[in-house]
Amino acid sequence: MSEFLYLYRGGEDGRTPERLQVMMQKWMTWLKDLAAKGHIKDQGQPLERRGKLVSGRQKTVTDGPFAEVKDVVGGYTLIEARDLEQAVELSKGCPIFELDGAVEVRPVQTLNL
Amino acid sequence: MELSEHLFRRESGRMVAALTRIFGVHNLALAEDVVQEAFCRAVEVWKFRGVPENPSAWLMATARNCALDALRRERTARTFAPELGRLHESEWTLAPAVHQLFGPNEIKDDLLRMMFSCCNPRLSEEAQVALILHILCGFSVDEIAAAFVSSHAAVEKRITRAKRLLGRSRKLFDVGAAADFSARLPAVHTALYLLFNEGYHGASPEAAVRADLCREAMRLTALLLEHPLGATPTTYALAALMSLNAARLPARIDTDGRLNTLFDQDRSRWDQELVSEGLDLLERSAGGSEVSDYHVEAAIAAVHAEAPSAEDTDWRKIVALYDMLMTIHPSPIVALNRAIAVAQSEGPERGLEEIGAIDHSDRLATYPFYAAALGELELRLGRRDEARRHFEHAIALARNPMERRFLDQRLVACA
Repeated sequence: MSEFLYLYRGGEDGRTPERLQVMMQKWMTWLKDLAAKGHIKDQGQPLERRGKLVSGRQKTVTDGPFAEVKDVVGGYTLIEARDLEQAVELSKGCPIFELDGAVEVRPVQTLNL
Repeated sequence: MELSEHLFRRESGRMVAALTRIFGVHNLALAEDVVQEAFCRAVEVWKFRGVPENPSAWLMATARNCALDALRRERTARTFAPELGRLHESEWTLAPAVHQLFGPNEIKDDLLRMMFSCCNPRLSEEAQVALILHILCGFSVDEIAAAFVSSHAAVEKRITRAKRLLGRSRKLFDVGAAADFSARLPAVHTALYLLFNEGYHGASPEAAVRADLCREAMRLTALLLEHPLGATPTTYALAALMSLNAARLPARIDTDGRLNTLFDQDRSRWDQELVSEGLDLLERSAGGSEVSDYHVEAAIAAVHAEAPSAEDTDWRKIVALYDMLMTIHPSPIVALNRAIAVAQSEGPERGLEEIGAIDHSDRLATYPFYAAALGELELRLGRRDEARRHFEHAIALARNPMERRFLDQRLVACA
């Protein structure tokens, strides 16, 4: 098994109370299902949408957001899968796609000496 | 922890009402934004960490914190609720004041304040109902449009205008002023009655949507009963009428979305808990000298609720109750229902006579069940061609597929 990081980007629309509740329940169902199948290494954390960006040699500090709203990372999950292909397949159940969001799937580097 | 269905919608009403009290009614949009923010925070956290033990309390606490942030941020740019005086201005008084305004009893009053404010006489009844659904029940514009079989644009326009009027009123309705309360109460009754009826008789073909509307109307009426000035005999009668009619909902529209009339409903599917609750409320409505049309309508519903079948129903009593209703609040619809009851107790011939004698029956010209009632009675008299003509007319007037399917079947019965 290898580890992969899911980064959730965008998917912030559909904000009526009923829609929000339905979407949240879909998220919970999806994460619960991944956990039941033993794919969750770390359920992860939500990230606030605001923050600071520190950059350059001058270590310039600027306010977020850093990108288009649709690109802002809203949270992450560390999962375990056979390979990148399976990790990608598993990500397709994420409800974020219903709201035009994206899941970035990144293999965690392993040190094979 | 599982979330109860529509929790967000319900909490939305509570939070907007509480925040509007704090921000002032002219800042309704800000209150809605802050509620949005609270929901988004909840969703972000809960989807990763699960739903907390007491989700409502969590949401309220989040809304309270978001409100404090907004008050601090906007303090110099806006004026907030004038009723609250200068509490906003100092950090010493701000947080305790906001905390207190989020107490459970405060929020009940906030909901009533908002309910009474929505029933502003300068708004049409349709606008009042839409506003109640939107602000107090957390329905989105699309959900309201679906419930009323209206367009998104039309509902949005109606709500935007209504909110503008509400915002200009500068102050929320004062539920502490007894005379004002009693003067506005009938309008509130009417709005809740219309909301319930939209669910019960309305045009939406979705059984779930209709049940939602009925449930919301009942929830708000129950809230009215909790207030000493709101718990009048008429409010009890309204609550009784809602419970007794809602008891029949599971049999009225079956799982396939098929409409069943009182005559062919499976009475074992009536909700007996709601029936006994309704009978209890009806008893409590007898406290005063006042007999409203809600009292009479509830009494009619009670006769049905206690009858084992359509045949074994005390139709004479029902006719007598409709006679009473005709003296309080005459209308062609009431007269039509009375005529149907007459037909049940004295035969179809007499029913047709009564229908023929309805005043202003032209106002029923586009009501499909007027033509359907004529068809039904002609059919019972064996005059199939006449019956068919009426049912065809009724089908042309049907407002949704559910009504059309029901009437189609009646037409088949004429063959």
